[in-house]
Amino acid sequence: MHELSLCNSIASIVDRAAAGRPIATVHLELGRFRQVVPDTLTYCWELVTATTALAGSRLSVHPVAITLGCATCDATTSPDAELVLLCGSCGSGDVSMLTGEEFMITSLDLKES
Amino acid sequence: MGRFHRHDDGTVHDHDHDHDHDHEHDDPEHERAEATGEHGDHSAYRTGPERVEVLERIFDENDKAAAQNRSQLDAASVVGVNLMSSPGAGKTTLLQRTLGHLEGHTRVGVVEGDIETSIDADRLSGYGAQIALLNTGDGFGGECHLDAPMVAKAMQDLDLAALDLMLVENVGNLVCPAEFDVGAHHSVMVFAITEGEEKPLKYPVMFRSVEVVLVNKMDLLPHLDFDLQLFTDNLARINPKATVIHLSARTGEGMAEWFEWLEARSA
Repeated sequence: MHELSLCNSIASIVDRAAAGRPIATVHLELGRFRQVVPDTLTYCWELVTATTALAGSRLSVHPVAITLGCATCDATTSPDAELVLLCGSCGSGDVSMLTGEEFMITSLDLKES
Repeated sequence: MGRFHRHDDGTVHDHDHDHDHDHEHDDPEHERAEATGEHGDHSAYRTGPERVEVLERIFDENDKAAAQNRSQLDAASVVGVNLMSSPGAGKTTLLQRTLGHLEGHTRVGVVEGDIETSIDADRLSGYGAQIALLNTGDGFGGECHLDAPMVAKAMQDLDLAALDLMLVENVGNLVCPAEFDVGAHHSVMVFAITEGEEKPLKYPVMFRSVEVVLVNKMDLLPHLDFDLQLFTDNLARINPKATVIHLSARTGEGMAEWFEWLEARSA
């Protein structure tokens, strides 16, 4: 639902990092615990960049799975398809999310000149 | 990072990484880039002829604004609470009762987020609180959430020096507000039992992001098929550390426990 405003943030970061160089692809890491829908993001990217220097550039979304670190038994586990944020080894709720919350621009591919 | 690979045929992929790594949010490379000014040149991070490394978190700008909001609140000794819920869960009624209770001993400011109207802000007047209305449809593109820069703008309309507590009534929505730090110290959600037991499983990011879940409309329990135990179990699978308070903003049942929680943090 907020993909449009996120695309605006992405565009401003990319603009700054590109420093005038033409961009072919923007690579993103997107954690599975982020409520960002990759297809919607890609669609909004077209809208947001249509009339800018980034028109025609592509978002490439690299998903990152959720992993949980358990403070009770020290195990690192990934939740099943049915989302339960408890340790997959001992069942403790005292877990921290090690991965799954990423939302980062990792790199840009420049357009071949 | 070193996880991305470019192959001769031009395809790019990343490998699943099964090693542990700290989920460190401070990115020293990024900090260094920031220090060189707003037009920081990232070309120094080029790893190949045509790839530029960026490593910049998309929420950075919001998170920085949120940190500024928090320091502004800290400087004025004001405690900020971000109140979230789905539409119709009873946030505004709960706020009315809360303002009524706090009137006369805790000085409250409210940032009221609403897409198009001032209806909620109107309901909150008359309790001696400062109200800053943020119509997110007015110049913010009809957003479905409040973000830190919007709250910063609303905070300009509040006299922080004359406040003990700032309550942010976020836009009614269980998805987007959970993603944006607005710069409050505490996050609280109102969940109405009319919404169904499965909501923690459907909106885990929201339920995981809060310290307190206020389970509202408990007066309706005898009239609903709502299974309170099942809801409690579902919530425990997503956020076992949350403080859960059962209440009814309408009848006042259970509200004392909420006031106690709030006053313990804003006194």
